[in-house]
Amino acid sequence: MSQPDPKNVSLFVTCVVDQFFPEVGESTIRVLRRHGVDVEFNSDQTCCGQPAFNSGYWKEARPLAERFLDMYEGVEYVVMPSGSCASMVRVFYKELFHDDPTLLERAAEVGSHVFELSEFLVDVLGVNDASESEQSGTPSRVTYHEACHLRRELGATTQARKLINGTPGVDLNEMEQSEVCCGFGGTFAVKYADISGAMLDEKITHIRASGADAVVACDITCLMHIGGGLEKQDIPVRPMHLAEMLDKGAV
Amino acid sequence: MAEIRTKEFKTLAADTLGNDAIQEHLKALYSGFNQGRLQQAAATQNWEDLRDRARRVKAHTIENIDHYLEMAAENVENAGGKVFFAKNSEAATKYILDLAKQKEVRSVIKGKSMLSEEMDLNRHLAKQEIEAVETDLGEYLVQLAGQTPYHIIVPAIHMSKSDVNELFHENLGVDPHAGVEELASAARNELREKFIQADMGITGANFLVAETGTLVLVTNEGNGRMSTSMPKTHVAIMGMEKIVPSMEDMGTFLRLLIRSATGQRISSYVTMVTGPRSEIEEDGPEEFHLVIVDNGRSKLLADPHLREALYCIRCGACLNACPVYRKVGGHSYGWVYSGPIGAVVSPVLTDVPNAKDLPYASSLCGACKEACPIKIDLPRMLLYLRSEVTEGNTDSSRKKSSPIEKFAMKAWQVSVGGPSMMRLANLIGRLVQLPFARNGRLRLLPPPLSGWTRHRSFPAISSSPFRSRWKKGIKP
Ligand code: SF4
Repeated sequence: MSQPDPKNVSLFVTCVVDQFFPEVGESTIRVLRRHGVDVEFNSDQTCCGQPAFNSGYWKEARPLAERFLDMYEGVEYVVMPSGSCASMVRVFYKELFHDDPTLLERAAEVGSHVFELSEFLVDVLGVNDASESEQSGTPSRVTYHEACHLRRELGATTQARKLINGTPGVDLNEMEQSEVCCGFGGTFAVKYADISGAMLDEKITHIRASGADAVVACDITCLMHIGGGLEKQDIPVRPMHLAEMLDKGAV
Repeated sequence: MAEIRTKEFKTLAADTLGNDAIQEHLKALYSGFNQGRLQQAAATQNWEDLRDRARRVKAHTIENIDHYLEMAAENVENAGGKVFFAKNSEAATKYILDLAKQKEVRSVIKGKSMLSEEMDLNRHLAKQEIEAVETDLGEYLVQLAGQTPYHIIVPAIHMSKSDVNELFHENLGVDPHAGVEELASAARNELREKFIQADMGITGANFLVAETGTLVLVTNEGNGRMSTSMPKTHVAIMGMEKIVPSMEDMGTFLRLLIRSATGQRISSYVTMVTGPRSEIEEDGPEEFHLVIVDNGRSKLLADPHLREALYCIRCGACLNACPVYRKVGGHSYGWVYSGPIGAVVSPVLTDVPNAKDLPYASSLCGACKEACPIKIDLPRMLLYLRSEVTEGNTDSSRKKSSPIEKFAMKAWQVSVGGPSMMRLANLIGRLVQLPFARNGRLRLLPPPLSGWTRHRSFPAISSSPFRSRWKKGIKP
């Protein structure tokens, strides 16, 4: 039996990137292509169902999850520029379908083919040093915010740092408490806006103290939250998805 | 049962957010206890094996809890102790009050026990004109202040030195500018007297070893040892999940508990008590009573989704690791248990409709699960409880979820139902956001989204979403 070719992937861009941050999707495509990957995009895709699932609306989440399984069954590599959506499929679909053995089995199978972007680049493609293929940007200091689900549900703590360190012209200035949640948490940020805001303030304090010009993360939702706070407070630190940094350098 | 204020989560949390002094105390939980735990974990060679082993032992014990409770009861009785199984906190309280009456108890000294908080035992004792004095220093402070513990391990973490000065001045007549040592010795003198006078000692239990009937208490002040040995009668109260099969397991559990709780390698005292004073012993109580309490725990046991909450050894690591706890503090949770473990067990022990806000009071970041020495999957249980709140088994809980939120969920579900609906939603969204957008950002949104824009701006929906860019071709 031949090994599946990691040069063919199907991109699940996530609904937030699609609707709010399409440039992150474009960067993801360019980065993958530069590593010789052929990227497909199934235009029927919408959302993995996480917003409903996380809010307790499991009945509403199930049809979306089933839709996802139908679309990606049999695909070898599904890559997402989001640790959170990848966790939803890989980890939480099992919870969502706990009482349906058939769907549970399908979810486990499809889930095992799902990768977050930095995981895919480092663990599957074996990218060590991004310098061979990425453009080099103006030298700049970035700091890295560890997205919660990427770290704690997928267990990926080193991949993104490896890629940042391997990008020419980019210095990684670690902030303190980089592993502490920024306070987003989906509807939590609306339901408990002030608690979430207090968590965000603490994150912003650490980002500023790092002296970085940009804050990089693997989840656009964290960056939407952090970036919204930075903008509101007029702090000139740029939020940047890892894909954008790998694509364009940290300008 | 203790007063339930879980419905007030939002207001209590807002008060705490506005209290700068408490915010500083809470921040220190990260640099102090949380980092202490991490250092101990790194310095313990087989830390991960210990965690896995403890989890296996707990899973096995809880699956076979009837067997181990029976074994424990038999061994406590063989050692000369008495065992009482209490279905709820009322039954446990009644047993203790009856016993106190029978023994003509006037004063009680207490070792730290969260279960006693569940029962609101001090209040019940006071009603019978029995003086109950907490002997753990933190608990003592909280008791003097007429409050409840702020944290499982550090009950008075929210108090500053000047709070303590004020308390001791008012209650014990200590100089209002006394230093820490002076305060400590004032507390010591006061408590010494109480230890000598007391007719009954009531303690909790960190563990109960089934094969020997041994009660295990972990303290740093030695108050546990004095509470168990000085008065004539010792009553230990424990939630039924505190059972551990064998003495050999204690090696695993003590290492995990102490390192996770305070970042110490070992606490100053580990007290092991098997039955009352025996014929060949010179000291210890004449009678030993063990009260094993359910008080809603069988609801956790019955639900396979929530059962692992009973693996908890109450180390408090999940509180220290939780960024939400570090903002809202302990009292906001409105009942005995706070932080992530409180957000899981309080709704079940007090009934879900009472505490529907608690499972949502989390960003689901998973720091609790990462910190928990028993690897209890707290976020998964919070998610499950959320689904119970919205589509729960009980009608009353279903009615509790907000109609606006339900409508929003339905609308969202339609909008992402397929690509054409998503295109339509994109168009509608762009029209709706028009009055709010400036330079591609939304800075002020109407309720219910106004909370978001109080702290952060929001991106505007893109007029050319990724899917249309893909169609046109992505430039290299
Ligand atoms: S849930 Fe885990 S971390 Fe939290 S108190 Fe219990 S044992 Fe400790």
